[in-house]
Amino acid sequence: MSLADKYPQEVKKIMAKYPPEQKRSAVMPLLYLAQRDKGFVTKAALEDIARMLDMTTTDVAGIVGFYTLYHDQQAGKYRMQVCTDLPCALRGADKFLEELCGNLGVKVGATTPDGMITVEAVMCLAGCDKAPMFQVQSGEGIAYHENMTMDKTMELVAALRKSGKEVK
Amino acid sequence: MPALLLRHRDIPDIGKLDVYNKNGGFEAFKKVVTSMQPQEVTDVVKASGLRGRGGAGFPTGVKWSFIPNNIWPHYVVANADESEPGTFKDREIMECNPFQFLEGVAIAAFAVGANAAYIYLRGEFWTMAAILDKKIAEMEKTGLLGEKLFGTDYSLQIYTHLGAGAYICGEETALLESIEGKRGQPRIRPPFPAVYGLYGKPTVINNVETLTNVPLIIEKGADWYKSMGTADSAGVKIFSLSGHVNQPGNYELPFGTTYRELIYKCGGGVTDDRPVKAIMSAGASSSFIVADDKALDTPMDYASVRTLGADLGSASVIVINDSVNLEWVINRTIHFFKHESCGKCTPCREGCYWMMHLVERIEQGQDVLANTELLYSVAKQMQNKCLCPLGEFATMAVTTAIERFPADFKPSLAGGQHG
Amino acid sequence: MAKMVSLMVDGQPVSVPAGTLIVNAAKQVGIDIPVFCYHPKMEPVGMCRQCLVEVGRPVIDRATGQPVMEGDKPKIGFGPKLETACTTPVSEGMLVLSQSDKAKASQKEILEFLLTSHPLDCPVCDKGGECPLQNLTMAHASPQSRYIYAEKSHAGKHLPLGDLIWLDRERCIQCARCIRFQEEIVGEPVLAFYQRGRATDIITNSDPGFDSVFSGNTSDICPVGALTTADFRFGARPWEMKAAASICAQCPVGCNVTFNTRREAMSGGKVAIKRVMPRQNEAVNEIWLCDKGRFTYHFTDDANRLAKPLLRKNGEQVTASWTESMQVVSQAFSDARKNSVILASGRLSNEDLFNLKQLADGLGGEALLYTHMGGGELTASLGVSAGTNFSNMGKETTILVVASDLYNEAPLWFLRIKQAAERGAALIIVNARETKLERYAKFTVRYSYGDETDTVRGLAKKGKVGETITAAENLVVLYGSDGLGLDGSSSVAAACAELVKDCTGKPNNGLIGVWPRANDQGAWELGFQPADDLAKIFKGKAVYIVAADPVGDDPKLKTALQGAKFVAVQELFLTRTAQLADVVLPAQAYTEREGSFTSGERRVQRYYPAIPQRGETRADFEITAAIAKEVGLELEGRSASLVMDKLGASLKAFEGTSYRKLAETNEQWPIVGRGDLYYGGTTYENRQGLGVTLALSPSTAGKVVKGSGKFLRPDEDQWLAVPVTRLYDRGITVTTSELLHAHIDAAIVLLHPEMAKQLGVTAGDQLSVNGFQAEVRLDATVPASVALLPRSMGFPINAPAPAELKKA
Repeated sequence: MSLADKYPQEVKKIMAKYPPEQKRSAVMPLLYLAQRDKGFVTKAALEDIARMLDMTTTDVAGIVGFYTLYHDQQAGKYRMQVCTDLPCALRGADKFLEELCGNLGVKVGATTPDGMITVEAVMCLAGCDKAPMFQVQSGEGIAYHENMTMDKTMELVAALRKSGKEVK
Repeated sequence: MPALLLRHRDIPDIGKLDVYNKNGGFEAFKKVVTSMQPQEVTDVVKASGLRGRGGAGFPTGVKWSFIPNNIWPHYVVANADESEPGTFKDREIMECNPFQFLEGVAIAAFAVGANAAYIYLRGEFWTMAAILDKKIAEMEKTGLLGEKLFGTDYSLQIYTHLGAGAYICGEETALLESIEGKRGQPRIRPPFPAVYGLYGKPTVINNVETLTNVPLIIEKGADWYKSMGTADSAGVKIFSLSGHVNQPGNYELPFGTTYRELIYKCGGGVTDDRPVKAIMSAGASSSFIVADDKALDTPMDYASVRTLGADLGSASVIVINDSVNLEWVINRTIHFFKHESCGKCTPCREGCYWMMHLVERIEQGQDVLANTELLYSVAKQMQNKCLCPLGEFATMAVTTAIERFPADFKPSLAGGQHG
Repeated sequence: MAKMVSLMVDGQPVSVPAGTLIVNAAKQVGIDIPVFCYHPKMEPVGMCRQCLVEVGRPVIDRATGQPVMEGDKPKIGFGPKLETACTTPVSEGMLVLSQSDKAKASQKEILEFLLTSHPLDCPVCDKGGECPLQNLTMAHASPQSRYIYAEKSHAGKHLPLGDLIWLDRERCIQCARCIRFQEEIVGEPVLAFYQRGRATDIITNSDPGFDSVFSGNTSDICPVGALTTADFRFGARPWEMKAAASICAQCPVGCNVTFNTRREAMSGGKVAIKRVMPRQNEAVNEIWLCDKGRFTYHFTDDANRLAKPLLRKNGEQVTASWTESMQVVSQAFSDARKNSVILASGRLSNEDLFNLKQLADGLGGEALLYTHMGGGELTASLGVSAGTNFSNMGKETTILVVASDLYNEAPLWFLRIKQAAERGAALIIVNARETKLERYAKFTVRYSYGDETDTVRGLAKKGKVGETITAAENLVVLYGSDGLGLDGSSSVAAACAELVKDCTGKPNNGLIGVWPRANDQGAWELGFQPADDLAKIFKGKAVYIVAADPVGDDPKLKTALQGAKFVAVQELFLTRTAQLADVVLPAQAYTEREGSFTSGERRVQRYYPAIPQRGETRADFEITAAIAKEVGLELEGRSASLVMDKLGASLKAFEGTSYRKLAETNEQWPIVGRGDLYYGGTTYENRQGLGVTLALSPSTAGKVVKGSGKFLRPDEDQWLAVPVTRLYDRGITVTTSELLHAHIDAAIVLLHPEMAKQLGVTAGDQLSVNGFQAEVRLDATVPASVALLPRSMGFPINAPAPAELKKA
C-alpha cells in the first residue's frame, strides 16, 4: 500500500512544505513515514517513494544509506542509542553503556532475544550537560532520556517492553 | 543582567505565545515589516557587529548583504543541526525560548526579501521539531505568519525540516543538499549560498543562536548591542560548558568573560577538585588549550582566544582535568570525525580512517612513538586539502594534542583513560 | 567569440577562452595536471583533490582597484591553500604552478591516501596497463606506503551491477564518475553511493540492475579497475592486444569503434576479437558506445560461420569449390539476364552495394533493398549536410522526431539529442506512444497509429508546435518505423520531407532516416529501391540474395523463394533463406576486410580489417565482381579502395570520398591519448579517419515511393498488431552474444493493462496473435486496441496488420 494511501493527510502536509517543482525535498520526511511500520525502510517503500517523487529507487536508496537514522534492516522495536561521544564519555558514559549491555544481556549493536530492544552507541546528541543520556528511536520517532541512572533506565526498558507488547 | 537569549531563566513561561507577546514579543518584527526597508534592517544588524554563532563567526549583516537582487526567490535557512560534540545551546533556545528564535528567523527573512524560511533540525531533535511546528501554527493563527502580514504586502511561511543523523549537514552547502533531498555532501565553493543556495537560489543560512539575537538588536538598537562584549566580539554568547565540571550547562555571558570565570564561577569548579589540564574551546573541532593561568585568564572572544592558538568557534567549552590522557581524548574525536566524514573528498575519507587505526594502536601501546609521529604526519597531510572544514577540523585536536601534550604520547602513559 | 584570457602555467604562456578550467588550459600546452574525478565531458566536482595546484593571481590594490606592480610586472599573490585545477576557471594574469614542491607534495600525498584503501590487485586486475591510477602512481607517488597492509579496508570484489558490469568495491576510489555519467549524460541515475565516509560504495537498485544501455561506458571512464565488463573480464592484457579501427554495424548512427584482438592459444591459435572499445569521433558518437555495439561483435567470429561454398546436388546442399559454384551462379544469371533480381540489405558496405547495383544494371535486372522502412530516396537530396553535428545544436535548432523510439533504434542519437535539448534545442516528439526521449521534449504530439502522415502534414500549420518548426533557424527531422511498415514509412518520409525542403544545404538542417540497418543510407544513395511483395518479385526469376534472410524473418516467404527459378544466397551463416538456396556463397564478415558504411547522417566512414578471413570466405564486392566477369561485365573486385574510387567517379554525391580522404583526421576535444592517456577514459584516439559527409544529390537517387495513403487504424472492434523495435532482439547478431541472452525477451506482445483485462489475460500469459504464440507483457504506454509486437523476436511482423487475439 502506498504511503499516499496509508497516510494521506501527512503526505499532503509534507508535500506542501516544498515548491511543487522540488518534489525531491520530500524524500527525507517520507522515509521517516515509511519507517513507521517496521522501523526500517523496505524495498517496497523505496519503490513507492521513488514513484511518488519521480526519482529512481537507486537514488532513494542512496539517501537511506547516507543517514544514520534511516535503517535498511529490521532491528529491535526500540533502539536505545546511548551517546558515548567525548563529553558524555568524560562523565561516565562508557561505564553506563557497559552496565546497560550487561543488564540486557546483549553486546553493543545486538538485539535482545524478545526482539524489543537494540542497544547502539551513537555520536553526540547535544545532551552533554545531562550525561549519562540516550535516545530511544522507534518507528514512531525519537525521544530523549537524560540525566539517567541505571535504575531509571531499567524502569524505562520494562515500560517499553510492556507497551511494545500491547501495540499490535 | 537579565538573560537576553535564555530568557526562560528569568521568565519561565516565555515559551508560551501570550507570555512572549506580553514581554515585547514580535514588536521588532512588526516594526520592520510595517516601517522599515529590508536594506535598513540589514544595515542595523551590520552595525551591531553581530557575528555568526555557529562557529565561523562571520559578520551576520555582511552575510545578508551578499544576497543579489536580480535572482529570485530568496530563502532563509536556520541551521539547527547542532551536532558538534559539546554543543547544546541551540536546543535550549528552541525548547524554552522558541518565539524569540522564530521572530529572528522572520526578521531575517524580511531583511533579505525571502517569503519562505526553512528550519533544518538534526533528526534527533524530533520532539523539538514537533514543538516548533506547533509554535509556527500558533503564529499563523494570530497573523504573525502567512499572507499579507500586518496589512502590508509581505508574506512569510516558515517550515521545519528534519535531518536524519549526519553532522556534516551542519555545513551550509551540505545542509542545502540535504533539504533538496540529496545525500548531504558539501558543494564546491564558489559559488556561495548567497548567490547559489537552496534550489540554486540566493539563500542566507544562519545559526539558531545568531537569529535569536536579531529581535533584540532591532528593538534596542545596534549601539546597545555593540556596548556589550569586546571590540571585535559584540554582544552576548551562550557558552555550552561540559566535561569535568561540577555544573555543566549553558551559560549566557558577555564576550570578554574569562575561562576562569566560566569554569569556576558558573561551572562550579572542576570535578574531584582536580586541576584543569586542557580546554577544548570549540567542541571536538578544537585546538587544545593548555590550561595554564594565562589561558584561564584569557577573555573568551574571537581575537583573544586566537592568541592561545585556538578558536572560539561555537563556544562549546569542554573541560578536561588531569585524570585523562589526551591520547584517549583524541581517540574519541577521531572516531567522531571518521563516523561523520561524508566520504566525498580523498584526504578526509582516507585520512580519518587511517588516523583511527593509528590512534587505536597507540591506545593499545603498540610502537607508540613511531605511530604518534605518523599520526601527526597524516593529520598534517590532510590539512589544507579538504573539500570542506570537517576534514580540516578533524586534524586540529590531533596535531595540537601531540604538539602541546607530548607527555601523553609516551609509551608508558599510552592506553586508557587514566594516565 | 568568447573573450580570451592569458595566463602562465608552469612558466608557459597560454591563451584560452574565458571560463576555461585551469586543468584544460594546461592541456593546451601539453601540461597534464593529474586528475581522477574530473572528466572533460562532465561538470567538475573537485572531489578527489588530486589536481590541487598553486594558484597565484595579480594582487589588486583594494583602494585603487589597480594591480600592484613589482617593477614592470604585476605582483602575484598566492593563496594560503592549494586550489583544485578542475573547478577553478582561469583569470587574466594568473600564475599556475603544478610542479612546484608544494604541488608535487600534495599530488604525492593524495595518491598515498588513495592507495591506503586500494588493494594490490594489479597482477589480477583487468585495468592494469591502461589504468590512470597506475600511471599517476608511477608519475607522482611515493614508492613506499606507510600504511599497514593488515589494516586495509575490505569490501566485496565481484559484485554484479546488472549482468554486464562487475563492481570491485575495494578498487573503487569514490570518484563518482560512473554515477555522474549516468545522471548527467545519460539521464538514467541507476547508480548511487551508499553509506558514507570510508564505507561509501556503489549500488544499483534498478530492476534489472544497472538498467541502462550505456552501462559499458562507465568501465571506460572508471579510472581504476572497479568497473569491468563481464564480456572482457580476465580476457587479455591491454598490451597483448592489437587495435583495428572500425565502425559499429548495428544501427545507422555509425559509432566509431576499435576492435582489440589477440592471437591466443585459447582460440586455437587464431586471432580473436577480445573486446570493442569506442573510438573518438566528436561528430558521430563523441567518446561513447551503447552496450549493443560493445557486446555484439561475437557474430563475426562465431563457430557457425560459413567457410566454404555450398551447392545443391541431388536435393542436398554439399560443400563445393569456388570454381564450381561460380560456374553455376554465372550460368544462371547469364541465362536470366533481365529476369534477374538482386536483393541486398543495409548490412553491406557501400562498395558491396555499388558492385551489386552495377551488376543489376548490367544485367538489366532489379537492385532491391530488403527493408521495412522506406523514404530513403528523399534523404539523398534532403538529408543533412557536411558540418552537421548534434553537439553544436542548441537554442537555434528545432529537432523533430517522428515515429521513432530512439532509445531502442539508435541509442547514441537518443543520447546526443537529449543533450541538445538540455542545451536549449527545441525538441518535438511525434509518436503514438510515450518513449524515453519525451521527458526532454519541449512539445509532444500524440497520434493514433494510422494517422502519422496526416499528423506530420498538419504540424507546421498551427499553434506553438507550428511556430517552433517554421520559425526555427535550423530544422532537423528524424523519422523512424515505430508502428510503420514500408508503405507507412514512405508516406511519413514524404510528409517530413516537405518540412525541410527549403532549408537543406547548411549544417544541422535536413532529413534523417532512423534506418533499421547500418548502411541503409548507402543503399538509398546508390539507387536501391525497396522490395515489397517478394513472392511477386521472385516469381520465375534468378535471385541473388545478399545479407538478407527473408525466410528467417517470415517463414511464409518460403513459397516466395520456391517460386524463383534460381536462388543464390551470399551470407555469413546458413540462414533459413540460405538453406533453400541452390548456391550458398560464404562472405567475409566486415571485421575481416575493408569497406565503408554511410551513416544516417550521410557520413561515409571507413572500417579496417581486425581478424583474418574465415576459411574460404571472400569479400562481397569481390564475389559480385567475379560473377559480373562471367556474365561479361567489368567490375572492380581487387580492393575496396578501388571500388570506392569507381563509386566516387560515378556518383556526384560520393565525389571526394577516396579512402585517403576517409582516413583524414583532425584535432578533437577532449584530448584522448597523448601524454595523459586516460584523461578522458580508455576510449581510443582516432587516427584512422573521421569520415566524409556526402554532398547532397541534386535530385532523389531513385524514383520516390510515395505510399498508398491507405492506413489501418485501431478501433474497439478491430485491434491492430503494430511492429516496434527493441534494441536487443533475436537477430543473429545479438543471439550469438551469450552475455546478452538475459536481455533478450521471448516472443512477446505488449498490451495496456486495461486492454489485457478486457481480454482476460495478465502478464506472463500466452496469447495467440494471428496464429502465433506470444507472451503477454503489460505496458501502460501502449494505446488502446493496439498490440505491440517487437520485430525480430520470432513473430513475423513488418507492418501494422489487423490482429486476431485469442487466449491460448
